[in-house]
Parts: sequence; structure tokens; C-alpha cells
Amino acid sequence: MAVQPPSFQQLILTLHHYWSEQGCLILQPYDMEMGAGTFHSATTLRALGPDPWNAAFVQPCRRPTDGRYGENPNRLQHYYQYQVILKPSPPDLQQLYLGSLAAIGIDFTKHDIRFVEDDWESPTLGAWGLGWEVWCDGMEVTQFTYFQQMGGFDCRPVAGELTYGLERLAMYIQNKDSVYDLDYNGAGITYGDVFLENERQMSAWNFEVADTDRLFDLFRKAEAECRHCLDAGLPIPAYEQAIKASHMFNLLNARGVISVAERQAYIGRVRDLAKGACQAWMEKNGWAA
Amino acid sequence: MADFLLELLSEEIPARMQVKASADLARMFEARLGDAGLRAESLETFATPRRLALIARGLPAETETVREERRGPRADAPDAAIAGFLRSTGLSREQLEEREDKKGGRTLFATIERPGRSTASVIAEAVPAIIRDFPWPKSMRWGGDSLSAESLRWVRPLQGIVALLGEEIVPFDVAGVRSGAATVGHRFHHPGAITIGSANDYVEKLRACHVVLDPAERRRIIADGAAAAASAAGLVLVEDDGLLAENAGLTEWPVPLLGGFDPAFLDVPREVIQLTMRTNQKYFACVDADGALAPSFVCVANVEASDGGAAIVDGNRKVLAARLADARFFWEQDLKVPLEQRTEKLSGIVFHERLGTLGEKVERVARLAQWMVQERIVRGADPAHVEAAARLAKADLGTELVGEFPELQGLIGSYYARAQGQPDSVVEAIRDHYRPAGQGDAVPTSPVTVAVNLADRLDTLVGFFSIGERPSGSRDPFALRRAALGFLQILIRSGLRVPLGDMLVQTAVLLIVSRMGALSSVSFPDLLDSDDHEHEITAEVGSFTYRHGDHVVVRWNSALTPNIERGKLIEEATDLSEAVLEFLADRLKVQQREAGVRHDLIDAVFSLGGEDDLVRVLARVKALQAFVETAEGTDLLAGYKRATNILKKEDWDEDGIPWHQPSFDLAAEEAELIQALDAQEPRAKMALEDEEFERAMAALARLRAPVDAFFDKVTVNDPDAVKRRARLNLLARMRTLVDQVADFSKIEG
Repeated sequence: MAVQPPSFQQLILTLHHYWSEQGCLILQPYDMEMGAGTFHSATTLRALGPDPWNAAFVQPCRRPTDGRYGENPNRLQHYYQYQVILKPSPPDLQQLYLGSLAAIGIDFTKHDIRFVEDDWESPTLGAWGLGWEVWCDGMEVTQFTYFQQMGGFDCRPVAGELTYGLERLAMYIQNKDSVYDLDYNGAGITYGDVFLENERQMSAWNFEVADTDRLFDLFRKAEAECRHCLDAGLPIPAYEQAIKASHMFNLLNARGVISVAERQAYIGRVRDLAKGACQAWMEKNGWAA
Repeated sequence: MADFLLELLSEEIPARMQVKASADLARMFEARLGDAGLRAESLETFATPRRLALIARGLPAETETVREERRGPRADAPDAAIAGFLRSTGLSREQLEEREDKKGGRTLFATIERPGRSTASVIAEAVPAIIRDFPWPKSMRWGGDSLSAESLRWVRPLQGIVALLGEEIVPFDVAGVRSGAATVGHRFHHPGAITIGSANDYVEKLRACHVVLDPAERRRIIADGAAAAASAAGLVLVEDDGLLAENAGLTEWPVPLLGGFDPAFLDVPREVIQLTMRTNQKYFACVDADGALAPSFVCVANVEASDGGAAIVDGNRKVLAARLADARFFWEQDLKVPLEQRTEKLSGIVFHERLGTLGEKVERVARLAQWMVQERIVRGADPAHVEAAARLAKADLGTELVGEFPELQGLIGSYYARAQGQPDSVVEAIRDHYRPAGQGDAVPTSPVTVAVNLADRLDTLVGFFSIGERPSGSRDPFALRRAALGFLQILIRSGLRVPLGDMLVQTAVLLIVSRMGALSSVSFPDLLDSDDHEHEITAEVGSFTYRHGDHVVVRWNSALTPNIERGKLIEEATDLSEAVLEFLADRLKVQQREAGVRHDLIDAVFSLGGEDDLVRVLARVKALQAFVETAEGTDLLAGYKRATNILKKEDWDEDGIPWHQPSFDLAAEEAELIQALDAQEPRAKMALEDEEFERAMAALARLRAPVDAFFDKVTVNDPDAVKRRARLNLLARMRTLVDQVADFSKIEG
């Protein structure tokens, strides 16, 4: 490990630089709330169809149920994923990935890197893939997936997706026990300075304040708007509405107003929207299923 | 003779798939080569996270030449026929042989010789086919080729193939991967290419590059290293075969390392600590000399670190600390809320959308368990403890800790119950009410646990049957077979004699009443002695009372069951009871078969019918098994079969003519058989009534000699119709008696 471990922002810059060198487009976050970087259309929609696609970006993720009012050192309702998608998956993807770990200062003579089976599935996107969670000294630092299906369609060709949990990775290389103690910029600002108050207020809103009638209403409206866009032959706006519905579902879930029995039904409704958008996207591009 | 080496290098193969993959590789290789007539003297396979390998020793250089002779047309056959034969054999006219046939003509014969093929060419065809057909439990496509949906599937991307016969490369190509002699060593210790010379240097060359190929050797390294690491710290390793196998499947160069965690975490139940270490981190646990869990772990690294593993242990320690901190937080949060209070939360958790909430299930189970104690179906349980245990058993489902570790349900509840000062029997019942959870798991025997456990299982079985969710084929989404098996194991283990039919009816009635929302009005009045009538409903002001059999008396609020509903309710309850009873009997048969009991003996007892005491069924099966294995048993069975065959052939049913007062002179053997039946019939019947099945069998055994003698000396189909009739009736009498003990017609042999 380097003498001075990289700050949070330096970590991102290093990954940007590394993946840029590997021929990736460096994209910016999608400007909507979503539960994982995979929802970014640069992953979801671009994973479909035959065209090559190599991109890397940071995506803020919102998981309302993981909020802990800023009191848990490891759990956040808002955090960042670093997302790399390479299509078709290059033959040396594992080596490329290990190169990125070396770039951020992980020394393979001192640390134990492992690829441990972890198959990925997103019921809301109708997507699945095979791969691993990558361990560094027993800690999961990356989800490594070969997409097999997206929106219910076979990926032809298959894309490789790397998802780094940035906060966790930074805690590891900075040797910090709390996410809020992370060195953000190498000049005195911590992650907590930037996000602690955000976590407190958003947790309160997610768990206590959010008006569930309005959320249900927004869910239905997003669902209707998605169908409206599909009818108009516009898969990209339709997909945005599917993302919106997915986030409304996550909020409702955090508020505890969706029963176990209803949960599957809601997930199915979001999946129908995402699949519809993927199908329209395939058709718009003239790709056979 | 040559040795063949195959190595299939891939990205990391899931640990759980490696053992079967090795076996599949050997099996498929053997079969493919066998098809070509090749057989290796020995086959050896290896698996690591990155490679599957096989060494086949002593393969011949080529397959044997095969000669085949074929008969053709006659020598004087038309030209076209001969030309056709030549085409089909690939020979010329001169190569055919003429032989004289039986009719004096001459017939053409061809001898076709198929020369041996080189073993290398057989392998070059076989291996690509094996790779394409390989039965991975889950496989994937990857890379540029995956543009086509038909591209090669493998468990993870296939990276390289070593194929050496002797020292020569066997050339072939699978989806763009060419076979060769080069592979790679350990991912970090020796990432560069290494060239293998032959099967002989493969294992040692890889070992020099930090790869231990043999999974058994890696297991040994881990087992020994982990035990040594623990004992160096004065601790004892908790052995765990599953973890050994998993870690062996996750490493090519295993290095066990000892680490520790903050002893303050030991407040958390040890099962929680062990579970999180095991499933999330693959760590071994350690105990001290007294068997108490030590604040230590053994992790298995895949690298010989330059700092001796200090950084690796430190990293693992932090990961574990974060997980334990989470667990402790949940544990402490949960302790703040009494379990009683948590049961309220269960009304908000759906058990199944058509079977209501967990709160309702708990209510039914509590009442059923109480009833079982009241009816002395389960004896020796304190009713107050049963009540408490049933009501608290599911309370932990609302806790944070069970949310995190669902496999510890029950166990976690028992910790909270103990912390709240519940009595031991209640704590134990909460802990064990899901057990046995699988094969080999302990079967509970203490009365409070048994009452709650059986009631829970009955409610689940009857519940799912009531909504048409009965298992079929491989479909058993609610694990009803396992629930039934556990139920049977508990009955058998404790030798519990239960009126199963009554219990099922009671369960069904409670379920239906619960569905109507009337469960809170249910009571179990003790009316059985005061009235003889069965299956009776009495309506009193404001309530119904339903009784069934010797046990069921249940009363509930009448406002919820108008007259018209009563008949339907009873019909549904009895139908359900019969369906579940049949299911349980089927499971018992399966269970007995798996335990090695002859299936025909099981059938012979089950086909007696009308039996709902499964412990009694098993006693009868056991006695029958002992009997049919004796000489008397075998002979009597033969005599029985002979008798039934005759009766069947004559289409004879006993017709009421008394056999003991025949109007003719009895043959001596005939008289003896009558005498034997007269003597043994009451004995067998009495023994059956006393459930002394060995004694019943012994009575039957005494029939053996007279039956044998009868068949030896007496003609059944006597020309005298009176004699014939009397003798057929005698045989029918013998059949009836034997059939009361077991249906001997079902027994083989």
C-alpha cells in the first residue's frame, strides 16, 4: 500500500484515469435516484444489442432501507458505486480489474485477493449474470459480473460489469473504521463533513416523514407515464419512468407500508416496465431478441 | 503406452461445483474413449479454483484394428445387386471371397477391416465434445463470440487448455481456445506462463509455481495448519468439514492464519458469531479448554504474504468486527423489547396470503398444542408452559437478529426467552420447535417441545393441503415432505401413540374456524364421557359444539357458523384429515424404505387399512419382517400363496358352508388343518388385540406344518362337489386369518 493512501476523491480520479487509459468513456452520474449503478442506462440499455460499449462512471445510489440516521459506521442510505461496463467482455477482464486495484495502491504480495462465487440477479430489471464478489482480505470490494440477460433478453454479446463500493474500498485503503472518518480530499475534509447531515435528514424522511399516499400516487403516475412513453415509441423516457417507479417502491418499502405478500407484486410491476422499455429499445434499434 | 494430461484453465470455478466437475470429467472421458475402444489403466482428476485436470495413464498408442465379415448376394446375382454390395463395403469384386452355401450355390463374402485410429485423434475429437456437453449446474457465455447465442458455455470464461499425450500436444480447438502445453501458476505468486512437459511433471511443476492440484492435499494443509494455529494459541479448532471443503475450493495455495476479535463481542449468542464467521467469511471458530467459544478465528488465505500475513489478518479482523458490531447492535436492540410484545408484530406478517398472518397461525398452534395436552395425547407437559412456548415460539421472527440470520430462527428466540427468565422447558421448546431441521438433526423428545412442534407441523400440513398446495413430483415449495418427515420422526422417537385421524380433524376444524375469524371463541369442553354420540354438533345458545371420535370436542361462537355451514365445515375437515393422513402414511412408507425396510412388507401392513396409529404400524412391520425371514414364515407364505392361487383360479369366496361340520369323512391332514385353525385363530386374534405382533406371527407359524401336509396329501378339487366346496372354504378360512395379521399377498417371494 502507498505510504499516503489516496483520499476519497483521489480514489475516484485514479479509477477514472485507469479506465480512461483502458479505452473507457468516462461518463457522469445519471441525474435520477436509483438503487444501483446498474440502473444507469449506460449499463442497462447499452448492455443490449450488438454494438461495442466501454464506459466507466460514478453513480450515486439510494437505498432508503439502509439509512441509519448517520449512526452506523458502515451503512448509508446514499452512497457511491464506481461502475465499469465493457462490451463485449474482454478476454483479460480479470487482469484489467486487478490492474485497477494495483493502481489504487493494493499490494498483492501483502493482501489476499479472491474471486468468490456470487451470482447476480436483479428481479426489478429482469436481469441476471454470473460472476463473483471480489474479496480483499475477506472484505467484498467489488461485484464482478458477466451479464447474461437484461430486461429478459439474452445479452449478445455479453458485457462484463465491475461495481466497486467506493466508500468500503476507501475505508479499507485508508484504514478507517467509520465511513464518516474517511479523508475526502486529502486536505482536512471528511466524508462526514460532506454527508453526515444528509444521512440524518434523509433517514428521517425515508423512515418517518415521507407521505406514503403521495408516494403511492407517484408510483402509479410513473407507471402510467412509462406506458404512455412506450405507446409513443420512446424507450429512453419510458426507462426513466421505470427507474422512478423503482425508487418509489424502494421508498414505500422503507416506510414499511408494503406487506411481504404485496412486495413480489410491486417488484413484478417494476419489472414489467423495465422489460417493456428494454423491448422497445431493442425494437427501436432493429435488434432481434 | 502413453499417459495423457488434460488441463482446462478457467476463471474462478465456484468451490461448491469442483468435486462433481472432477467426477464428471473422469466419467465423460472414460465413456468417450470407451466408445472408441480405448481404456486407460488409471484415471486421476484434480480441481482447483482455476483448473480442472485429468491424467489418464497407460493409454495404447492407437485403437485396435477391427475386422468385420459381411455376407453379400449370391455370386450369380444380377450385376446391380453385386455393385450395391461393393459400394456398401467399399471393396472391389476381387477382394470378395466366394463360399459354397448350403444349397450348393456360391455366395459372396466381404471382410471389412477398419484400421486402428491413433489415440491422439480420438482424444482430439473427444475433449472438445466433453467441453461442449459438460454438465455445469450453471454456465455462461462471454466475450466477442457471445454475439451468437450458440457460443460455448462454460462455468466461467475458459482461458486455456493443456493436452499432452506423452510429450506431444494433442491439437484441437474449442471456441477459439487452442490446446497446447502452456498454463499459468498461482495468480499472484507465478502469474507468467509455464510449459508442461508431460503428465509426469505436471503436478510438481505446478507445485513449484504455488499451486497444489489435489483438493485432498489442500484440505489436509488447511486442517493441519488451522489446528496448529489454534493450538499454538492454546485453543482448539472447531472442526468443520464443510468449511474445509469450501476453503480447499477457494485456494490454490492455502495458508491458514489465526486472528482475533474483541472479547466484548462474546455477549452475542455464540451460534450467531459462528454463523457469521462461517457463512459470510468462511472462518473456522476456536474454543478454549472448557469448550467455550474463544474470541479467535482461523481464516485461510490464498497467498504466502511477504509480511507473514499480518496485513491479511488485520483486514479480516476488521471485516469480522464490522459484522459482529452489527450483530451485537441487533442483539442489544432486540433485548430491549420483551418477546411477548414482539408477538403483536406477528399479526402484521403474512404466513401465506391464503392462510392468514403468522399471528393467526400462532393462535391456532397454541390452541392445538393445549388441546393435545388436555387430551393426554402428549403427556407430562405443564399446560401453562405449553401455552407460553406456543405463543412465544415465533416471536423471534420479528427481531432484527433473525432478520439478519434467518437460519437461526427459534434458537435466537430461545436466547431472548432465557434472558427474560422463561422456564427451561419453554426456552427449549422455542429453540427446538423447528427440529429436526434435516437429516441427522436431533429429534426433540421433551413434552412441551413435542406438543408445540407437532401442533406447528400439523397446522402447516393441514393448512397447505386446505389451499390445494400439496407436493407433487419434485414440486414441494413449502417443504411439506420435510415437515411430515419431522412429524413422523418425533412420533417414532418418543413412541407416541396418537389418534392421528382425530388430531387431523381437530387441526382442520381450528383452521376453518380461524378462517371464519372465530378462533378467539374456541374452547375445548370436556363432554366426551357424558355422551356416546360421535360426529355430533350441538347448538347451545350462542355456541356450537362439535365432537368427533374419541377426542375431538370443540366449541365456538355460533354466530359465525349459520346452520348451513356446519355440514360443509365437517365435510371439509374430514376430507382434509383423510388427505393428510394418506400423505403421512406415504411419507412413512418412503421413510421406512429409505431405512432399509422391505417395501413389500410395508405394503402388506399398510394395505390392511383403517390404521391411524403409525407407531403400531411400524411395530407390525417389524414383527412381520422378523417372521418372513424364518423358515416357518417362508413356508407359510408359500402355502398361503398356493391357497390364494387356487381360490383365485376357482374364483372362490367363502360361501358360509361350515367347514367344521363336514358331512363326509375328513382326510387326516384336513382334520389337522381344521384343528390348527381352531386353535390358532383365537390366539392370533387375541395377540392382535394386545398388539403383540410377535405372538400373532408365532400363532401363524404353527399353521405351517398342517398347511404343508394338507397340500401334500389332500386334493382340493375333489370330484365330490361337497368335498371340494368344504376344502375351498377351508383354504378361504386360512387366507382370512392370515390376512388379519398382514396382507400376505403383497409379500414377495
